[in-house]
Amino acid sequence: MLYALCFLLFMIGLYCAVVKKNMVKIVVGIMIMEYAVNLFLIMLGYRAGGTAPILHASQVDPQTASITAHFLNTAVDPLPQALVLTSIVISLGSLALMISICIRTYAKYGTFDITEIRRLRG
Amino acid sequence: MNVPLPMFVAVPLVVAFVLPVLPKAGKAVATLLANLATVCLVVLAVLSVGEARVYEMGGWSIPLGINLVLDGLSSLLLLAVSAVSAAAMLFSTRYMEQYTAKPKFLSLFLLMVAGMNGVILSGDVFNLYVFLEIASIASYALVGFGCEHEELEAAFKYMVLGSIASVFILFGVALVYGNTGSLNMAYISRAIQGTGMNAGLSFALSLFIVGFGLKAALVPFHAWLPDAHPSAPAPISAMLSGVLIKALGVYALARLIFNVFGVSIPVGWVLIALGLLSMVAGGFLAIGQWDFKRLLAYSSISQVGYVVLGVGLGVLLLATGANVAWASLAILGGLFHLVNHSVYKSLLFLTSGSVEMATGTRQMKDLGGLADRMPVTRAACTVASASIAGVPPFPGFWSKLILVIAAVQARFYWIAAVIVLVSVCTLIMYLKVQRYVFLGEVPESLRDVRESRGSMLAAMVFLTVLCLAMSLLVLVPSLRVAVLEPAVNVLVNGADYSIQVAGL
Repeated sequence: MLYALCFLLFMIGLYCAVVKKNMVKIVVGIMIMEYAVNLFLIMLGYRAGGTAPILHASQVDPQTASITAHFLNTAVDPLPQALVLTSIVISLGSLALMISICIRTYAKYGTFDITEIRRLRG
Repeated sequence: MNVPLPMFVAVPLVVAFVLPVLPKAGKAVATLLANLATVCLVVLAVLSVGEARVYEMGGWSIPLGINLVLDGLSSLLLLAVSAVSAAAMLFSTRYMEQYTAKPKFLSLFLLMVAGMNGVILSGDVFNLYVFLEIASIASYALVGFGCEHEELEAAFKYMVLGSIASVFILFGVALVYGNTGSLNMAYISRAIQGTGMNAGLSFALSLFIVGFGLKAALVPFHAWLPDAHPSAPAPISAMLSGVLIKALGVYALARLIFNVFGVSIPVGWVLIALGLLSMVAGGFLAIGQWDFKRLLAYSSISQVGYVVLGVGLGVLLLATGANVAWASLAILGGLFHLVNHSVYKSLLFLTSGSVEMATGTRQMKDLGGLADRMPVTRAACTVASASIAGVPPFPGFWSKLILVIAAVQARFYWIAAVIVLVSVCTLIMYLKVQRYVFLGEVPESLRDVRESRGSMLAAMVFLTVLCLAMSLLVLVPSLRVAVLEPAVNVLVNGADYSIQVAGL
């Protein structure tokens, strides 16, 4: 169910990016898509009632030096969180560039409407 | 020689961050440093030919850490990227004098090269995504570098479609991680070989095909390319058409399909269909263009179609279990066409930049009769045109011939016919370029046009010589065994990737 909602969010972003005529709204649509994917990554690693994946000395079995099953069964997966952090930083960079291109375009054309920004064709 | 693999990413990255902080007077130093960096990359790429190695970043062993993988396919692509970027960098030394903020341009250029080298070497799907974004974001900024009406419009279009492609790829990466529990390509490949494809993985594969198809500008996804490539400064057009669409699009897709997901019949047909559509649509649209660089951009779509067709034929033949020799032949044709195209298309874009700088226009109707006034540019353009059109002794002929032979051997006679037909289209469009740019009457306004000088000339001569020498790559057996065959073997024996990289 949650995955379906997440996919719905992705599709809303895609719809917004493809259909909208305003440059800023297109940018917003792309960002919604990015966040839907980030949310999806977080949900992959999520575990209801899980604990932080920090290994304490008490969670290592002293006899066999192996990690206890309790830790393995309750800790959330930390990797997707690391991926999402990276991906947020990347989308920040690309958002900054997109918005600055929008601002420069507005200064040149005096509009955000992509149907009026049509010098290139063919 | 044992080249440390992170150098391919670290050298351009470090120089890229040093350049913008140099003082204003340091423009000459910045140019020199940037050129040194690209030449250094060429040396590293040549030294690493014929090696196959895995480098573990930070000493973390493979499933825990990130790894860089050098094999035949990577070194082939590294050679193409470094040769083209060295030529384009040399060309921009003089060409970019007409723009302000040259050190920033050089910095973005090197960031893009670092990103591409990272994509080529990465052995980890998420790492591949990160490098892909580095290269893409730098290229969005470079397309809009002129900050005029057309550049900004093209950059925005490119950026929107490129970002959607990146999101698709990230979604695919997330699905792969969710289904296999690993991000390392070798481990994913092993997991998929063990369990087979499921619905999630198939969805991830289709997301990858759409995402990388957008990056490679294959035909249903090509809308951004004819705007973006002509709007960029000429050396950047050369980089984008020459190597970026291949490193980010075709290479990444081929790597994932052959080495990670494994070949299958539907994927083969999808690639063949995309390749044929791109070849035909790109070819016909190019003939009607009157803008010199726009014609070249459409022709890039058509030529990338050849590469994808070769790879797709390889996938199909491997998946149906037909003779492996034909599959290798098709893949050889595709990959050889890839390196050929990166050399001659970047040469063509450099000549278009030279013509544009000398005359101030790229409209072919306003040009003409430049053959006497710009002899070197004309010679370079003729060599590249003959090569791209597939005139016999030039390299483009050999790669197309190999593709035709592979298609005939596999009994796809109609595909062979389409390849030949699109070749004729290509010939027509480049005859048009020759006729309207270099031959005919000289318009009154172009009486005192002069040949470009200095580094621009040197870059064009370098690529012309390289273009003439490319045929040797397939005709001389020792070179073929050293450079092309390892690359083909990586793809044909795709399932062995996990054994070679991780020993699984």
